[in-house]
Amino acid sequence: MTAGRIVYTRGRPILAGLRYRGREGMWTWILHRATGLGILGFLLLHIFDIFLVGFGPGLFEELLFLYRAWWARMLEVFLLFGVLFHALNGARIIVQDFWPKLWRWERQLVWLEAAVFVPVFLWGAFLFLRPLFD
Amino acid sequence: MTTPAESAFARRIGRPPRGNFELYSWLFMRLSGVVLLGLAVFHLFWMHIVLGVDNIDFSVVAERWQNPLWRLYDFFLLLFALTHGMNGLRIILDDYLRRPGWLVAAKSVAFLCYVLFLGMGAYIIFTFTPPPELAALP
Repeated sequence: MTAGRIVYTRGRPILAGLRYRGREGMWTWILHRATGLGILGFLLLHIFDIFLVGFGPGLFEELLFLYRAWWARMLEVFLLFGVLFHALNGARIIVQDFWPKLWRWERQLVWLEAAVFVPVFLWGAFLFLRPLFD
Repeated sequence: MTTPAESAFARRIGRPPRGNFELYSWLFMRLSGVVLLGLAVFHLFWMHIVLGVDNIDFSVVAERWQNPLWRLYDFFLLLFALTHGMNGLRIILDDYLRRPGWLVAAKSVAFLCYVLFLGMGAYIIFTFTPPPELAALP
């Protein structure tokens, strides 16, 4: 490691940013933020649509296309991706924070996380989308 | 001495933060994260895989909320998810908004949204009464 020097540059291309030496730790950090914001956005929509239940079945059931349309199913797969990644990555961060020695193995833990994420996500996405083909 | 016209915010710039707010924020993110690993993941699994979105309608919500324990579950999910998410947003805003004025404005809007949505959610969870024709659900 060279001596610390903060270089603050605006407008760095995103691909150059992704090639920064942070690698696994930084990629998951970016994804954690992006998925967190996405889930928060969905949560606000979801609180709003459940609030409408108070006005009786009519309005609420008219809005259920927001969950049933084919394009909504695609977004739900994104939601699954976000929740599953944020959950697994958050669990990894918690484990590392409370057992700091594990930070040395961060890279390996990220790949372990990916090994759990990929099959569970593919299985879940299949179950989310299956009703479209019935 | 600064004049009253210079805001408390301006006088704080460059000083170390007082109190342990950020420590508690850090701890809260971990504790609520563990809680949400159960509550949120199970909720997603139950609604989208066990029930399926095609089978969810008004009567499913009405039936679910016949049981006060489900209302409590939904309230804790709302409380932890929204607080965790809004605190995350606060941290992100701290990182990317560099002008104090914009930062205060954005955090104020976020805080108002937090109070509004928490209120809307808690209101419907605890005051919902099914209409009479559905009240006889099993």
